Amino acid sequence: MLLLDRNGAKADPFARVETLDDVAGKAVIVAFDAAEKLLAAAPAQAGVFAPNTLDAEQLSPFLDRLALIAIAFPSATDGRGFSLARQLRRLGFKGILRASGPLFSDQFPQALACGFDEVEIPDANAARQPVQQWLDALKRVTVTYQRDYAQGERILDRRARS
Amino acid sequence: MYAYDEFDRQIVRERVAQFASQVERRLDGSLTDEEFRPLRLKNGLYLQLHAYMLRVAIPYGALSARQLRQMALIAETYDRGYGHFTTRQNLQYNWPKLRDTPAILGLLADVDMHAIQTSGNCIRNTTTDCFAGAAFDEIEDPRPTAEWIRQWSTLHPEFDWLGRKFKIAVTASRQDRAVLKGHDVGVRIVRDADGETGYQIYIGGGLGRTPMEGKLIREFLPRAELLDYLEAILRVYNLEGRRDNKYKARIKILVHEIGLEKIRADVEAEYASIVAASPKADLREFHRIQAAFDAPEFADLPEVSRKLEQAQANDPDLALFVEHNLFRHKHKGYASLTISLKGIGQAPGDANAAQMRAVADLAEKYSFNELRVSHKQNLVLPHVRLDDVAEIFAVLKAHDLATANAELITDIICCPGLDYCALATARSIPLAQKLSRHFGDAATQKDIGELSIKISGCINACGHHHIGNIGILGLEKKGAESYQITIGGDAGDQFAIGELLGPGLPETHVPEALDKLIAVYRRERRQGETFIETYRRIGLAPYKTAFKEIADAFA
Ligand code: SF4
Repeated sequence: MLLLDRNGAKADPFARVETLDDVAGKAVIVAFDAAEKLLAAAPAQAGVFAPNTLDAEQLSPFLDRLALIAIAFPSATDGRGFSLARQLRRLGFKGILRASGPLFSDQFPQALACGFDEVEIPDANAARQPVQQWLDALKRVTVTYQRDYAQGERILDRRARS
Repeated sequence: MYAYDEFDRQIVRERVAQFASQVERRLDGSLTDEEFRPLRLKNGLYLQLHAYMLRVAIPYGALSARQLRQMALIAETYDRGYGHFTTRQNLQYNWPKLRDTPAILGLLADVDMHAIQTSGNCIRNTTTDCFAGAAFDEIEDPRPTAEWIRQWSTLHPEFDWLGRKFKIAVTASRQDRAVLKGHDVGVRIVRDADGETGYQIYIGGGLGRTPMEGKLIREFLPRAELLDYLEAILRVYNLEGRRDNKYKARIKILVHEIGLEKIRADVEAEYASIVAASPKADLREFHRIQAAFDAPEFADLPEVSRKLEQAQANDPDLALFVEHNLFRHKHKGYASLTISLKGIGQAPGDANAAQMRAVADLAEKYSFNELRVSHKQNLVLPHVRLDDVAEIFAVLKAHDLATANAELITDIICCPGLDYCALATARSIPLAQKLSRHFGDAATQKDIGELSIKISGCINACGHHHIGNIGILGLEKKGAESYQITIGGDAGDQFAIGELLGPGLPETHVPEALDKLIAVYRRERRQGETFIETYRRIGLAPYKTAFKEIADAFA
């Protein structure tokens, strides 16, 4: 898996674990179902992996205790995760939002605009699309009509100023 | 008319460069074909049966003379000299080469046009009444609202990977000429009891293999809330719409499966959260857009034109044209003039480069430089003086564009079908041509009166067959083309899905079958009644009986 944010590739400080035997004091990611138990096991940083079919409300009781939420993108064309990310940000989630799945570089700016901090892509995809392509993708469309998405320069604000 | 500012231009230019990069990355293997396909579609590029097809966006069907001339140039340079206007007020080039597409997109960008979101599972071109800004019965010009939606929906980061395509239509008239209830979302501009202008919102309409009538989800939405409300609808759809089956992925299926009450509750809850989290959308941008659509300087003219009346008296062809192809304008002495792209025996919606240029010249000279494309696949000069109609008619005649058949039986809506489309199960254009010739006689057409025939070459219904007074669906049965005929469809206020008359017929029998249906109408009609009105009054049975004679003879 390649992990990258707006600055480029990065090492993953979180470990994906299946069991909660040895998580105390560590930064780990578990499946969403185990969120309650993970938090009880006192990790240094708690992350969960959520399917994109999860209701944002189901995550809301945990939001201020989670350091990371990874949202699954089962395929590049399944855009549910973008809306889920928006809702989680609106609910006040301040931790790291990670998009995880076979996205491609043109979707990187969209993911960031919707509130994601980073994307995690399978090695096969990363082999075809090196990090530089992902960074280049951020510079292609530099203005935006949408007002409250974190991307580009906002046309409506520019117009209001002129 | 709205004119692009530097930011609108910048978006289009950047999108062209982005697409060029996507093509490059496909060629060098960075993107797989599977990844590239939706990217190409989102930029209007289809792979058809014989070639690529490029669908150019004509936002809400509004064009300037300069833009239409550019489309003529592209048709000549990069296509076979013509273009095809679609039921979504867009234009398709059927024969461009893949390697030419960046150049074509560049030429389009030169005149503030593009192919953004003309396909793919995203928010498509927003459509409206083809008489927008001119119609006598509109509350206000619907184009500012459509442009507002266009900007909001363009390159939207959240709604680019929906379960399926999403189409929005806007109208501001009492009479619905934009097929509001056949869209994923229909926006009707209304005034409430206090005289405040706002929107009535319909949801979940659509044609395709499961036709559904749009349902009223919000009785009155204040203007300032429109974009936030649309965002709520789109988010609910994006999250909850089905993804397991592409034929069940449109919002109409979601509305049907969970019910209007539930979707209304979900949308209102999401809307409340949006409004609570960020201040309400302000109206500054709307007003900026609205100012750009300022009405042209209409002259103060008498209600009737003596000049036109005299010319009509001397020219029965002109008289017929005036009778059928003029639509009532909001200003005295003006009319909106329909230029039929349904010449008798021709492919509906096609226009060649010379015709496009002639129409562009007319728009410049007689219609404040404005043009519209109608969902009926015709062109419209929205603001012509009655005094000028005879001159315009003469020019149209010289270019084979003066067919006096707007709203008549030969004003056929027809999708490209098996002549072009990779999804088609039957040809549709040759049948449209055949029917056009069959009913082409002016006296016959006049006697039959208003009657819409709509033809689709497969169940996807791009030709709107479900909502034709007579709908024709081309299918493939045991290796042969077979045409199913429906009756009673209506695209307007009395929106209705047509009823199936019986088994499919071979192409050869379709004209005769239509003759039988029309014979029933002629027999049963009351004074002044149109085909659809008679049908509504007497019901399906007599038509079914008449149809059966043909079906039995064939079977
Ligand atoms: S209705 Fe079918 S054949 Fe006609 S254009 Fe649409 S997909 Fe193609």
